[in-house]
Amino acid sequence: MSNWLLIIYCGLITFLTRFSMIALLKKEMFNDRIREILSFVPSAIFPAIIFPAIFLDNSGDFQLENNPKIMAAIIAMLIGIISQNIIATIISGLASYWFLIFMV
Amino acid sequence: MNNKFRVFLKGIFDVSPLMIPVVPFGLIFGVLSIDIGFSPIETMGMSLIVFGGASQIVLLQLFSGGASSLVIISSVGAVNSRHLLYGAVVSEHLSDLKLVWKIVISYFLVDQAFARSNEYFKKNKDKDKYFHLFGGGITCWVIWQTTTFLGIVLGAFIPEKLGLSFAVPLTFLALLVNDFRKLINVIVIIISGLVATFGFNYVPYKAYVIVAGVTALLSAAILTKLNKKNE
Repeated sequence: MSNWLLIIYCGLITFLTRFSMIALLKKEMFNDRIREILSFVPSAIFPAIIFPAIFLDNSGDFQLENNPKIMAAIIAMLIGIISQNIIATIISGLASYWFLIFMV
Repeated sequence: MNNKFRVFLKGIFDVSPLMIPVVPFGLIFGVLSIDIGFSPIETMGMSLIVFGGASQIVLLQLFSGGASSLVIISSVGAVNSRHLLYGAVVSEHLSDLKLVWKIVISYFLVDQAFARSNEYFKKNKDKDKYFHLFGGGITCWVIWQTTTFLGIVLGAFIPEKLGLSFAVPLTFLALLVNDFRKLINVIVIIISGLVATFGFNYVPYKAYVIVAGVTALLSAAILTKLNKKNE
């Protein structure tokens, strides 16, 4: 398969996953219980991206020692809980990460 | 000011803080893609056609590892399956729109725009609220295309030691700041994270994201039900 064809197929499947539910579901299908469960979608999906990126290395092995990402993520999380502010969370995370890899 | 335009600007405003980590992410993508052997035009094409950070990184990772096209496409689908849930969440608010708008909004339904507009939709009932997602999505789009381009051009000058890939989990962490204070959310977060981490090497086609997500969502259903019984 040519690179362009591969890119187009990947684009199509990405679009279809975004579009299908918006196209298929109707307002009438929702009730309070379904809304309540769907409100947990961010909490259910985002950690599945966060945890492996922090605890595993590029080849998928556990990296628990000498891993500045863990400490930086904990600092960012604490700042996030206290400040409830997205910018403060991101900046404290990046700043503490760079501090740990360059200064310590 | 026209209400649509006002909501559109609100979308841009709400999603902007989340663009800080998208900058390094876009740069990394541009650099990696050229490194792996895609041409600058193909790299730009990926960002324009696919327009999804995680999908594009998975595409690169598997392509460089010599995976077959079928594996690459199905893995991109598996990584993207989370968008099925995003679509389900926002569909209620978009169900009165014309098909053209549904198509446009779908193209722009990326993580950051979804997260911010989902919060907005819950609080606002006006009929123009979809312009919030449109504004947020376009903001992500502009930043993603610009940084992809800069990554292609500046690639050689960006030191690997900066560890910019850490910006990705950090974005998603920042999106959860409101949920860390609620007990059920915290349990759901931990379940999802553990299933994904331990399933990373065992679930085929990189489908660990959706396996973890669905497991955690089922736990949320059970926990909220138990919680009600105790009240």
